[in-house]
Amino acid sequence: MRLDVPDRDYMYSGHVGCPGCGAAIAMKFVLRALGDKTMMVLPACCWSIIAGPYPQSTLQIPVIHSAFETGGAVASGVRAALDAKGDKETCVVTWAGDGGTFDIGFQALSGAVERNEDFIYVCYDNEAYMNTGIQRSSSTPYGAWTTTTPGQDWKKMRKKNIVEVLVAHRIPYAATASIAYPEDLTRKVAKARSIKGSRFLHIFASCPTGWRIPSETAVKIARMAVQTNIFPLYEVENGSKYTINFMPKGYLVKEYFRLQGRFKHLTERDLDQIQAMVEEDWQLLLRKAGVRLQG
Amino acid sequence: MDDVDPTPTRVYPCPTVSEIEGAMKKVLEGSHGVAEAVRLAKVKVISAYPITPQTHIVERLSDFCADGSLPARFLRVESEHSALAALIGAASAGVRTFTATSSQGLALMHELLHWASGARLPIVMAEVNRALAPGWNIWTDQTDSLAQRDTGWMQLYCETGQEVLDTTLQAFWLAEAVNLPVMVILDAFFLSHTYEPVDIPAQEDADRFLPAYQPRFMLDTANPCAFGQLAPPNIYMEMRYSIQQAMDMVLNRFGEMEEQFVDVFGRCYGAVEPVQCEDAEIILVTSGTITSTCRQLLQELRAKGERAGLLKVKLFRPFPTEAIRQSLGKAQKVAVVDRNCSFGAGGIFAQEIRAALCNLSDGPQVYSYVAGLGGRDVTTDLLDEIYRQTKKQDCCPVESIWMGLREVSYAT
Repeated sequence: MRLDVPDRDYMYSGHVGCPGCGAAIAMKFVLRALGDKTMMVLPACCWSIIAGPYPQSTLQIPVIHSAFETGGAVASGVRAALDAKGDKETCVVTWAGDGGTFDIGFQALSGAVERNEDFIYVCYDNEAYMNTGIQRSSSTPYGAWTTTTPGQDWKKMRKKNIVEVLVAHRIPYAATASIAYPEDLTRKVAKARSIKGSRFLHIFASCPTGWRIPSETAVKIARMAVQTNIFPLYEVENGSKYTINFMPKGYLVKEYFRLQGRFKHLTERDLDQIQAMVEEDWQLLLRKAGVRLQG
Repeated sequence: MDDVDPTPTRVYPCPTVSEIEGAMKKVLEGSHGVAEAVRLAKVKVISAYPITPQTHIVERLSDFCADGSLPARFLRVESEHSALAALIGAASAGVRTFTATSSQGLALMHELLHWASGARLPIVMAEVNRALAPGWNIWTDQTDSLAQRDTGWMQLYCETGQEVLDTTLQAFWLAEAVNLPVMVILDAFFLSHTYEPVDIPAQEDADRFLPAYQPRFMLDTANPCAFGQLAPPNIYMEMRYSIQQAMDMVLNRFGEMEEQFVDVFGRCYGAVEPVQCEDAEIILVTSGTITSTCRQLLQELRAKGERAGLLKVKLFRPFPTEAIRQSLGKAQKVAVVDRNCSFGAGGIFAQEIRAALCNLSDGPQVYSYVAGLGGRDVTTDLLDEIYRQTKKQDCCPVESIWMGLREVSYAT
């Protein structure tokens, strides 16, 4: 099967990611869709390491590494400088993990999009602080083991719904995407690039190391997250117009959970409870999208 | 052999009252002097977050941006942390940048102060010295800026409204000469909110002194580079050594900068300014507006036949060790007045001056006084008391002497 995605890569061969790294796959496709007139702001995340040590860089675009909580602010400054120089062509992109987006970078992100800064903010979400060794974040899903939620202290709070938080800022464009659906992903990146103002992409990027899954299942697991409604694919324009891009076929969440070591402690009862939560979230999204409820 | 001579080769007096009255003056707040200099420097990106007593600076700059007299992007960000982060982005993209803050705001920026110097970005900041909480106190105190002395920023302490304006313009010259950021530091209210007659340079004169910014490196899609990436032990130390070298270079470039400033504007200040130090037995060392008060005391002491002197320290980072040794080396006693404190160690200027003098074979005793914290007045009477205590004592205490403390009874 041939994918209908741009085929020019902006990464050199070789990077320092783990085998099967979903974040590396996400970068590959996003850069293909963005092209070389792109500047990237890279706050602390796995990609601070993956891009390689001085003097090497796996990325073929200009990159400014920055402090953990500054993704929104540094991009605002780069954009302002390009505006001052009359450069309207170059696209400024922040590339942050879930910790740098949901947690420590949230204030700067909210500030930047409230000002409707003209940039794309990409959060690649591997659902924990993976670079530091699998500590829980506010993106870690209900039920997950991490090194800071071990044993019976597995995470008992829901994952923060970051897209809805961004939508509440009424930004021009917010969307979810997955490494398992590269055509949908690259279409959304290209669409985001064509829009002015603040744009947010939330990309589901599996982490074999942190999720305790075999590296060859990274894409399969990401696909199952979409098919079970755990990570629905949708986009929201101007804070109000919802479009659901993939209508799942009703797989049960336990099929997704059973393949991952981070969930192996969960009982049937826990999984039933999680199934109900996922169902509740999905119905809420359908309502927002104006899709008629079934039953 | 020694091609690095950090001592100023020319000594210029401060402008006299008649000189000030003779030129085209406007009566300006110190804050507005900063804003005028930023306008003259043709800054391209400003980013700031409001904090008393910095607000008049950013309000005036907002006016300049709104009325078109300063064609800059002004980012009204959601915190001081983001203010500096935004400038790190903008300066990395190759434009001249400015921010202003104070106290809590500077403390919040701390992480990114290191980032700005580590990234070798010539960012200029106006820092209005204000006390740190708790308890809430908006008045002047140098502990906020001095707590940032190890962040790789140049620090320049100002005494007058004219000096604030001039130093802001000079800061861009210095920052861009060595690719390090600069703090222009002014006392809360005594400078930020006090109106003084100030000469606002003409644009063509400012341009002669400070040409358009030519960045040595910048983010560029035609030449893609990675900035600030992973730096393992095999390279990190060399990167840090280059910052130290750049700071060492400032001591030289400062004199060069001032010569150019004199050529255009006919005035300058010196990294340090010794006043009647040549024959002085006791020299008071001050910074900021306390210096003006001390100038008054010095006249009175000299009129009484006292062999007193005054050394004003303007440049704190890099520390002008050689110039300080030359000014203070022959005195018997030095009394350092610190409007700041490093708890557990004492006055910060005093520590640095002791370190600068400690290897002189026959150097002076250095007395350390802490005074005026949180905006408490430092009067000529208080400075006179410091002078008399210093003169009277034979044995120099190691610890700082706290001046003007009141009897306080605490609830039990």
